[in-house]
Amino acid sequence: MNDTTTPAAGPVARLYRRSDGRVLAGVARGLADHLGVDVLYVRLAFVVLAAASGAGVVAYGLFWLFAPQDPYEAAQPRDRERDLTMLLALGSLTVGGLLLLAALGLGLNPGLAVPLVTVGVGVVILWRQVDDDARERWRQATGTDRVGGAARAAGGIALVVVGAGAILVGPANLDGTSGGLVAAIVVALGIALVSGPWWMRMARDLTAERNARIREQERAEVAAHVHDSVLHTLTLIQRHVDNPREVGRLARSQERELRGWLYRPTATAGATMTSALEQAAAEVEDAHGVAIEVVVVGDSALDDRLLAVRDAAREALVNAAKYAGDSAISVYAEVEPDQVTVFVRDRGPGFDPDTVPADRLGLRQSVVGRMDRHGGRSTIRSGAGDGTEIQLEMPRDQRSTT
Amino acid sequence: MTDDQRSEPTSPQAASRSGPVRVVLVDDHRMFRSGVRAELGDAVEVVGEAEDAEQAVTVITATRPDVVLLDVHLPGGGGRAVLSAVVGQLPDVRFLALSVSDAPEDVIAVIRGGARGYVTKSITGPELAAAVRRVADGDVVFSPRLAGFVLDAFAATTDVATVDEDLDRLSQREREVLRLIARGYTYKEVGKALFISVKTVETHVSAVLRKLQLSNRHELTRWANARRLV
Repeated sequence: MNDTTTPAAGPVARLYRRSDGRVLAGVARGLADHLGVDVLYVRLAFVVLAAASGAGVVAYGLFWLFAPQDPYEAAQPRDRERDLTMLLALGSLTVGGLLLLAALGLGLNPGLAVPLVTVGVGVVILWRQVDDDARERWRQATGTDRVGGAARAAGGIALVVVGAGAILVGPANLDGTSGGLVAAIVVALGIALVSGPWWMRMARDLTAERNARIREQERAEVAAHVHDSVLHTLTLIQRHVDNPREVGRLARSQERELRGWLYRPTATAGATMTSALEQAAAEVEDAHGVAIEVVVVGDSALDDRLLAVRDAAREALVNAAKYAGDSAISVYAEVEPDQVTVFVRDRGPGFDPDTVPADRLGLRQSVVGRMDRHGGRSTIRSGAGDGTEIQLEMPRDQRSTT
Repeated sequence: MTDDQRSEPTSPQAASRSGPVRVVLVDDHRMFRSGVRAELGDAVEVVGEAEDAEQAVTVITATRPDVVLLDVHLPGGGGRAVLSAVVGQLPDVRFLALSVSDAPEDVIAVIRGGARGYVTKSITGPELAAAVRRVADGDVVFSPRLAGFVLDAFAATTDVATVDEDLDRLSQREREVLRLIARGYTYKEVGKALFISVKTVETHVSAVLRKLQLSNRHELTRWANARRLV
């Protein structure tokens, strides 16, 4: 306990309740600081006054009500032993109060007063838990306070049970079995009422813990993904610093992967024309270290004809990647109800389609021939300096656009 | 706002531009800003940088640049917050949106917020410089991807029976222009392919941008959302 701390920092010494070194609410400790006397005398004074018609209890209550919590105390560590001392003090206060009432008679039936005071004390203890919880959060308390809190809660509940039971069974002396039933109900109600804050806190803690767990799981998932993909790629890039083409390839494939993960988490690969073309382009990018931009308008489920278009487009892309150098390649596809059109364009040196030797079959067989076999058409536009554009058209017989 | 923008290309300021284009860079990654600065080189004069929406508004108001290169994703409300704070106040400042995100709703949102174009961050230095100059001259910059988005969006809205207004529909010519841009053609190549002048291509693209900004918001939003869930 820190007795050297005084709240008298300002010109006017205000009376504060102290949260450190307190027994009940810190009233006595605060008063002792304020008056500059030992706390023991203040406490004794309260007990003596309590014996005098309960004036001490009333005074204590008023101080508790009107004296604010010491704001300088916020950062002080909490005294872990005070739970025990508080229970002791409460016990003695209660006993003192009861003795007093019993001695004076006071018009109150002592048989009723005993349990009433017991219940009251129990309720006070329990509801103060809520208050303490709020304060604990301020101080980022560790979990070790839980034991003390539970002990206090148990004590409070026990007091309530005993008190409520005594009200009904003891002095009132209700008749027979119905009295016992009523007593049981009252006790149960008392427990429910009084343990309310405790249950509330339990529920709150549970929710907080569950949220924390979910957050932790999500974080772990993100971390795992970043590790498997991005960190891995960065390591590979460092190993290939001498090879710009490989670095570019790694970076692009990683970018594509991350982009897909971030923006299209629910996409199913290969199911539609758009994803099929994007996947084909990605494969060519990876294999040849080029950059391909894919733009698709409309979409539809794949069928044999569309698969043929995709394969032809991939072959056209491979061709462009081989001969167009480092220039960008673009793919534009339009999926319409009656036709699918794909353009593959590069900005390479270009060539004359008519002069392609018959044995260079990549373009002729895999692109032109494939489109013809499936009932489509292909057009090749190329000129020196303009690059090359391959246009693929495929009619669609059934209307299955989405 | 759009009335001002439409009259801009003929304003004396645009016609009598001399010297490099004055640019403000807005992006929350310093590495990216310095990269863009280096890539643009002498082609433009970078007069200011900002890393969040609030700072961007301050810098833009103080420097009054010709063009703002605006990141779509920014702390403090994103590029949209900057657009809504500045576009009405300073009609002479033009915005070119720059993003790593290809998400259609992001792209459409900045265009509708008043940006005069959209390019992805993978654009090369010379291409970016050309795009900045084009925006500074009052023209519109459509990347192939943006052209694809617009075609898709307006194709989707024609399915709906409620499109009577011209605003909700692209003309045949506009569609052709956009299709060529989506295929990777430059404005010059588009003009050559359609036997029209570059100026006419620019007029068509500007008209499309205006439709994109003024057309029925509900339809476009629905399209963007639907695209995202594909």
